[in-house]
Amino acid sequence: MMGFFDFFRRNRKKNTANLARDRLQILIAHEHARRRGAPDYLPRMRDEIIEVIRKYVSVDDNGVNVNLEKGDDYDVLELNIALPDRK
Amino acid sequence: MSKVIVVTSGKGGVGKTTTSAAFAAGLASKGYRTAVIDFDVGLRNLDLIMGVERRVVYDFVNVINGEATLRQALIKDKRVDNLFILPASQTRDKEALTKEGVESVINELKEDGFEYIVCDSPAGIEKGAFMALYFADEAIIVTNPEVSSVRDSDRILGILQSKSQAAINGETVKEHLIITRYSPERVNNGDMISLEDIVNILSVPLLGVIPESKAVLQASNSGVPVIMDVKSKAGQAYMDMVERYLGEDVPHRFLDVKKKGFFKKLFG
Repeated sequence: MMGFFDFFRRNRKKNTANLARDRLQILIAHEHARRRGAPDYLPRMRDEIIEVIRKYVSVDDNGVNVNLEKGDDYDVLELNIALPDRK
Repeated sequence: MSKVIVVTSGKGGVGKTTTSAAFAAGLASKGYRTAVIDFDVGLRNLDLIMGVERRVVYDFVNVINGEATLRQALIKDKRVDNLFILPASQTRDKEALTKEGVESVINELKEDGFEYIVCDSPAGIEKGAFMALYFADEAIIVTNPEVSSVRDSDRILGILQSKSQAAINGETVKEHLIITRYSPERVNNGDMISLEDIVNILSVPLLGVIPESKAVLQASNSGVPVIMDVKSKAGQAYMDMVERYLGEDVPHRFLDVKKKGFFKKLFG
């Protein structure tokens, strides 16, 4: 069994600088993708979607929700449209 | 032509004020008329690092509010000709800095013949940091060889590239990287991320590497910009950085590990 002190001894040999580099590379690539991905076209797209829907039903400005979620291998574009109450 | 240069980092405590003081003093010592502005409203410290804390009468916010003229608020350095310091205000009102106010002060400095206007940014990505970078033509990003500092530098680069006036006008802010508190020994041992890796991750051209040095604390203790400590490695590295900035071809120094002597090798 590996003892408590062995753990540290083993870690001492490890190159933590490379670990730092690898973690940063992954993290920053992610953050860049997020920065580029979402904000740019979403508001315009949302406005156009509202226009299209209004050709058929009356929805108000807050009735349409557009959300882009970033997954590991794929992104999900979520559209939520609240139709007016039936009277 | 005058240039506005922001010294920024995102993260606190990495050496923005030390670098601002050294850089501005270096430029002035080379004969350029230089002003350095403290943007850290509420937490003024540049005056202390530059040893002029007892000469502060009016500050940046006083000038913006028209309570003092720029000439009254600028503190002329007594050691270096051409060097002027505009201290931050100690007010707690975060709204004291307005875009119009900051712009008018910067324009007045330009009209007054200042060739370099160095903006010492506060930490964070709040209003003060935003104001410090908004009018910048160039940016000096101060980074420590440590994960959170590198990440925050990347964040602030993103803000420079999207929120600065230059970026909004479709121009680019020229970026320079300064790595401070660098220890070649620790890099060699695999304990510290190397400058090559940092440059690679941030993809910003390297302007200087300042070695970890006792001289930096000693300089701040005495209120003397560390660049004036010409015997120290940190001081020399800062002067190299200034000369490199001015276009001279200066090789990087202090990046090699000292060779251990025979006894050190034996006994560690």
